[in-house]
Amino acid sequence: MDVRALLKDAGLAAFVTFMLALPMIGFQTVDVSGGVGITVVTRFGDVAISVVLVFFGRLALSLLQQSNWRLPLLALSAGIALGLPLLKTQAHYPVITWLTVIASAVIAIRAAWLTFDVSGVVGRDESNRMGDAAAFVGRWFGPVFVVFALIFPFLPTTSRYVLDLGILVLTYVMLGWGLNVVVGLAGLLDLGYVAFYAVGAYSYAIIARDFGLTFWACLPLAGLFAAFFGVILGFPVLRLRGDYLAIVTLGFGEIIRIVLLNWTSFSGGPNGISGVPRPSFLGMPFHPNPPEGTTSFHQFFNIDFSAEHRIVFLYYLILVLALVTNFFTLRIRRLPIGRAWEALREDEIACRALGINPTNTKLTAFAIGAMFAGFAGAFFATRQGFISPESFSFIESAVILAIVVLGGMGSQIGVVLAAILLIGIPEFFRELAQFRMLAFGAAMVGIMIWRPRGLLAHRDPSIRLADSAGAGR
Amino acid sequence: MRIGNKASAGGGRWLLRACLRCLLRDRFRGAERSGNTTGLAQQAEDRSEATVLGGVEALEYFLQQLINGVTLGAIYGLIAIGYTMVYGIIGMINFAHGEVYMIGAFISIITFIVLGLIGVTFIPLALMVVLLSAMVFTAAYGWTVERVAYGPLRGSFRLAPLISAIGMSLFLQNYVQLVQGARVKPMQPVITGGFEFFQGGGFTVRLSYIQIIIVLLTTALMIGFTMLIQRTALGRAQRACEQDMGMAALVGVDVNRTISLTFVMGAMLAAVAGMMVTLYYGVIDFFIGFLAGVKAFTAAVLGGIGSLPGAMLGGLLIGLIEAFWSAYFSVEYKDVAVFVILVLTLIFKPTGLLGKPDIEKV
Amino acid sequence: MTRTPLLEVDHLTMRFGGLIAVNDISFTAYDREITAIIGPNGAGKTTVFNCLTGFYNAPVGRLRLTGARGEFLLERMDGFRIAQKAGVARTFQNIRLFPRMTVLENLIVAQHNKLMAASGYTVAGLFGLRSYREAEREAIDLARSWLDRLGLTAQADWEAGNLPYGSQRRLEIARAMCTKPVLLCLDEPAAGLNPRESAELRELLTEIRDRHRIGVLLIEHDMSVVMGISDHIVVLDYGRLIADGTPAEVRSDPAVIRAYLGEEETDQIPPEVARDLRQEGRA
Repeated sequence: MDVRALLKDAGLAAFVTFMLALPMIGFQTVDVSGGVGITVVTRFGDVAISVVLVFFGRLALSLLQQSNWRLPLLALSAGIALGLPLLKTQAHYPVITWLTVIASAVIAIRAAWLTFDVSGVVGRDESNRMGDAAAFVGRWFGPVFVVFALIFPFLPTTSRYVLDLGILVLTYVMLGWGLNVVVGLAGLLDLGYVAFYAVGAYSYAIIARDFGLTFWACLPLAGLFAAFFGVILGFPVLRLRGDYLAIVTLGFGEIIRIVLLNWTSFSGGPNGISGVPRPSFLGMPFHPNPPEGTTSFHQFFNIDFSAEHRIVFLYYLILVLALVTNFFTLRIRRLPIGRAWEALREDEIACRALGINPTNTKLTAFAIGAMFAGFAGAFFATRQGFISPESFSFIESAVILAIVVLGGMGSQIGVVLAAILLIGIPEFFRELAQFRMLAFGAAMVGIMIWRPRGLLAHRDPSIRLADSAGAGR
Repeated sequence: MRIGNKASAGGGRWLLRACLRCLLRDRFRGAERSGNTTGLAQQAEDRSEATVLGGVEALEYFLQQLINGVTLGAIYGLIAIGYTMVYGIIGMINFAHGEVYMIGAFISIITFIVLGLIGVTFIPLALMVVLLSAMVFTAAYGWTVERVAYGPLRGSFRLAPLISAIGMSLFLQNYVQLVQGARVKPMQPVITGGFEFFQGGGFTVRLSYIQIIIVLLTTALMIGFTMLIQRTALGRAQRACEQDMGMAALVGVDVNRTISLTFVMGAMLAAVAGMMVTLYYGVIDFFIGFLAGVKAFTAAVLGGIGSLPGAMLGGLLIGLIEAFWSAYFSVEYKDVAVFVILVLTLIFKPTGLLGKPDIEKV
Repeated sequence: MTRTPLLEVDHLTMRFGGLIAVNDISFTAYDREITAIIGPNGAGKTTVFNCLTGFYNAPVGRLRLTGARGEFLLERMDGFRIAQKAGVARTFQNIRLFPRMTVLENLIVAQHNKLMAASGYTVAGLFGLRSYREAEREAIDLARSWLDRLGLTAQADWEAGNLPYGSQRRLEIARAMCTKPVLLCLDEPAAGLNPRESAELRELLTEIRDRHRIGVLLIEHDMSVVMGISDHIVVLDYGRLIADGTPAEVRSDPAVIRAYLGEEETDQIPPEVARDLRQEGRA
């Protein structure tokens, strides 16, 4: 073991950290109290701590390559990770404490991974094992999730707040599944997915405002409009290379937002559209005093009015929409068009040589993904009752993309888990909200390095010879 | 460049109004829009525009837009070089480059304030120190971005570096928001004054010193940079990696080092652009990297991605288009105009104005 | 047997910048024959293929295909239409399978256009209509017959990328055949194969010619394959056509020997090399 090289490596990492941290962490710009302009305050302590953390972290990671260091390091880092939260330091230095805990946890996990991995073989075996795990999760947890989702509103622990959260998570699950068609199956990196979400939301709000149509009449229209936009936007750009496509879709997302922001007479501009009609159940509104000539939901079923009825109804509405998206995707994957999407993702040139029209095939994926976003958008509008361009910024696209990427591109169950992880859990840790996007970004980078196909990357063949032989003969 | 553009948007809007008044010789529908130009935008407006509201000569108005456009274009061009170099060498879009530029702007403003606090008041010296500090520290960010987010992904699947880049971009944006706060950071103007032309006509065309500095500095950097690429061993290594990375490695080029240095150089130029923006507009925030990044990328594509002169030319064109579009058509849709140019270029001339054709290998 | 022209290449020229990759080439490939295109590296063989299959649009020249599906002018068609309508299928020098899809899926994707129509452009397929299910079963049967022929049935549900190299080469040919082409273009199918695999390949190609009764266009460096199975050989050098004839004619053509061995050395070929060359030709 070359101690000098290890120390030099760790020292270099620490030096770079110093260079990074000195200007941005060492000095903080603050408003001059009571005056104009800004001044700076110093935080050199934080710089020092970051440098020390990186030095030891890097050293530990290098030492993990040596088998005799693994156990002691595992014990040490696990001790820090578990012990530090018990100390009182977090009250004074929350960020530093948590950073240390996270860093130690990472090292501990890595150490445990290496220590207990007897075969020592990483690579194909590892990915197979994870693939099997993913297949298992997909096969058994899928139905469990559905059953759980069905009874969720009636669980005693489900408060209105939790139910609202469930609706939010399901909206993102649906968006993730929709984007999964485009990114996961067809391999087209769409950074402007939120544009179609916006088109869906605004088409419902505007049609309802100007023509007085109900939610149920508008829902298909919203999907249709979004798909139409997908085709219009996709047609000129889908022949572009992957990275160009990404930035062009990003541009389209922004264009839609800017237009919505400035075309005041049409979209209400920055103020958005309020008073978007709420949905009804088979024509029965959820209202304590229904308008003349209609029967309210609670009157029909002869139960006491409760505002929660509508929430529960919205919950089931988005659940159904999401499940439809899922079944549609699962089904279409086994059709020629779905296989062509995956083939295009694998090798476009080979597809052309087999007579597959790449533009049309991509366009279908784009349009179908857009359609689901349109449905979700209409749901969003009816749930919020109010929409404005602010809800459709690039960050939304990035969040949806993060869900798809973390879950495993093409993996349906992965999207569910990632949505719970990225949308549901952070809601319970409100005080950490400012770290959320930071963590998303870091996670996207980390996943690409560690498991580029996503956490639950597992691909079920769309057709098996064994099954079809049994069925066909 | 959200805030920066808001500032210029204010100016543009005012000019639009003045222009309409002149051309239509009609009473302008006054108060309808004036409510929007407040605060910092107003400040920037006062600084860069004359306050006389007489009849406006179309030529002078045009000239002013030309000056503003060239200044803006120089800034875009500097950022665009970072995109084009990285694209040339590893064939990917460094989505996080806009954020690197934003960090450059932050480091500049912080250095300025620190210099002010320790009593360095000699402006040329302060400028030199800020320039150096911004370049050095931003370079560290450029280097780290490559090492952390892209280096491990060489040879991974097609979308991996792109997704990683987007993740990095999100990370940097939120990191800066976290450590420096979400509020806009205003700075007192350091360099004031300039030349004024055609004062008699009622509309004063202004060419401020800061605009001159921006254009001169950009030109100097461009020349130095072209020499670097054409004359030095590093430039040779870079061009070799561009042609064939495997072959370059075989003949003894340290590919990883070359790529790292490419990112470092890109980050340095972005830092200069960040400093210029800080000086020019006087306000920045953690979000300015997003739009500036997209626009600079558009510039790189328009000029022909992979081509250094192309990046500069593209930057200039985008700056001019933005200035004139804001002045003559619509300020609100100036970003849309840039996006439309991006799409049109990619569809009709994907190699850009000065790019080399890319032959598809089968 | 009368020879029916399948593909007529007339005055084909292709430039990249200043480089003329293919310079005024004309030849004819016949139906139910194996036509080999040979020549040193950089002679423009793959470029001819790329023009033929629509990856490049040749500015000069005509490519006329007269097959069972009708007459087509390939130089005017998009790449995917050439495969879809005219029935030209190809393989690639560096194998281009869909590595993360299974072997069976690779063969099913090749039947995309047929299945797409059968699925009513997805609508009928979504509802699982009977007509689509039958079409899918037929597609599986076709795929299965090829898997049986190649001995890959046991690996049908493997990811194609996990197959051994030689099997990947053969799978790519089977995939091209699943499009039911009238002309099959193979770009160095024997590259990287061992002698046994190479012999199998020869057998496969003659079978394709004789049983499936289509024309085969073959780029190959392995002379045992070329001389052994070709009915007709076209030789390119520096983008020009230097010989066109039967294997026997080409083998004795001085221009060909010059192209392969260089101008000066022609008279100084060591006797053992010349003998090897002749033997290779006969093998």
